[in-house]
Amino acid sequence: MSATDESTGGSTKPRLLEVEDLHVEFRTREATANVLNGVGYHVDAGETLAVLGESGSGKSVTAQSVMGILDTPPGFVTKGAIRYRGEELLAATEDRRRELRGENMAMIFQDALSALNPVYTVGFQIAEQFRFRRGMSRKDAMAKAAEMLDMVKIPNAKQRVKEFPHQFSGGMRQRAMIAMSLALDPDLLIADEPTTALDVTVQAQIMDLLDELRRERGMGMILITHDLGVVAEVADRIAVMYAGRVVEESDAESLYERPAHPYTEGLMESIPRLDQKGEQLASIKGLPPNLANIPEGCPFHPRCHRATDECRRKVPELLELRPGRYSACHFAEELISSE
Amino acid sequence: MGRYILRRLLQLIPVFIGTTFIIYSLVWALPGDPFAGKCGSRACPEAYVQMMTEKYNLDEPLPVQYVLYLGQLFQGNFGETFSGLEVSTLIQNAYPVTIKLAAIALVFEAVIGIAAGILTALRGNGFVDNLVLAATLFLIAVPVFVSGFVVQIVFGVQLGWMNPSVSTDPTIGELVVPGLILGSLSMAYIARLTRTAMFENKRADYIRTANAKGLKPRRVVSVHMLRNSLIPVITFIGTDFGALMGGAIVTEGIFNIPGIGNLVFQAIGGQEGTTVTGVVTLLVIVYLLMNLLVDILYAALDPRIRYD
Repeated sequence: MSATDESTGGSTKPRLLEVEDLHVEFRTREATANVLNGVGYHVDAGETLAVLGESGSGKSVTAQSVMGILDTPPGFVTKGAIRYRGEELLAATEDRRRELRGENMAMIFQDALSALNPVYTVGFQIAEQFRFRRGMSRKDAMAKAAEMLDMVKIPNAKQRVKEFPHQFSGGMRQRAMIAMSLALDPDLLIADEPTTALDVTVQAQIMDLLDELRRERGMGMILITHDLGVVAEVADRIAVMYAGRVVEESDAESLYERPAHPYTEGLMESIPRLDQKGEQLASIKGLPPNLANIPEGCPFHPRCHRATDECRRKVPELLELRPGRYSACHFAEELISSE
Repeated sequence: MGRYILRRLLQLIPVFIGTTFIIYSLVWALPGDPFAGKCGSRACPEAYVQMMTEKYNLDEPLPVQYVLYLGQLFQGNFGETFSGLEVSTLIQNAYPVTIKLAAIALVFEAVIGIAAGILTALRGNGFVDNLVLAATLFLIAVPVFVSGFVVQIVFGVQLGWMNPSVSTDPTIGELVVPGLILGSLSMAYIARLTRTAMFENKRADYIRTANAKGLKPRRVVSVHMLRNSLIPVITFIGTDFGALMGGAIVTEGIFNIPGIGNLVFQAIGGQEGTTVTGVVTLLVIVYLLMNLLVDILYAALDPRIRYD
């Protein structure tokens, strides 16, 4: 919320994407889980926002809500706003939102093998967009698909368009997925853990490719990950999520230098480091909260080494500590000015 | 793929020999004298029995009989019945009827079954879903000889909407009701199979991808969801068609349809070994070829399956 203050000033150009106070519930017969509890972040054209957090923190659900591909039921957006270039998406018709998908915003997924349809060729699945969104002929669309594969540096693209996803290697599949998402030249790309399922060497190649394409096209990118190592190289800004909220937001450099939330601290300490070989890997104790029953007060308090009575009672707000630096912790000021 | 098909065709040879031998032995192993009661109320004359015994090599040991029979079969000679009719003529008369009946049953079960499956899967857990589930459960629970007789009595005898049994050379129109009865069980299975497969694929990652691409819902369902969901269904339909082509003894019996099932049934009753073996051999081959066709179709539908 606070992160979006500047844009509400009026005369300024609207942000590429703005998520504000987004609430999503997952309703099942047994219980209602509060998956998102007031998420807010924004992305501008040409920048990369990394969204960090453990599994279940709501990173992907936020992204799916933005795309409008949240499975409903069980997921329901109950409150909040999603604005694309100032247009309120939650009030838009389903047809309008479908128009935006692919054309204006696109998404790539973690596991390209299951995200691609196994019974159609890679070329068919890319060409589909040219055929049904651009009205191209089958043949022209296939040629365009080959061009797209070429763009993501798949060798021998003209032949490979005719192959099926299972005939591609993991890295090539993710490249094909990227080619597919960029087919209609979107200006916002959401990458949902694009490298998690890949080998380390391939991970770097894919990240480089994504970063290069983003720069060339001036796209805004949301990079969802739980891998801080991946983030460090490409992110301009970072939003850390916990239990369906953004708990810290900052430019990448300052966050790495000095986290302003104990949860971010924990995440950073859990990165293996060569210079600490042999020592036990620090990890955040405990488990992420049950979203059907989020603890009162700060949701992180049961796992926090700083927790006090105040933390158990009062939910800390996301406040701006320094220009562009936000944290939702009662001890944020202490953390940021320590050492 | 070519080599695979060739290998499969070669596999037909041992299966062919095995099944024909088993059937041949079983038919002649049936207790009782095949010539008892062949000549009205009197016993058959000695000369007749001797002639028939010679003609069908009944004096020889079973393996020799079988080899002699097989030799005839390879020359395209299906042999004669005891009353002197060519078995091949009987098959020629009966098979078109069975094919018509099978085709009606197949179209019915495929069209209605798949449509019902898709409809329930898309509508979710509502009234339609419950209705289809209950109706299909009913069809699965009631055996064909019950539903067949009930339909025959209610619509054929009491209401008189149709003839209780078909004519000697039945038209498509006459075979519609028997075809529906014959296809009803498989129709229920197909509806349930389609429904489950659609439900599974509805939440698949590639469906989410298709949505993320901004494709119209109709295309997402009919192209991305359906193709994947139909793979198990097509397999079932193919195997079922193979079974249907083998004739339907019960359905054909109820409506007095002169199809292949009836032919086999009557031949078994009359201990017509030549007829039974000839017909069943043909059915086995048809069934095996249908299965091969299903396997080829399966590979065409799912590119991940390759037989090389």
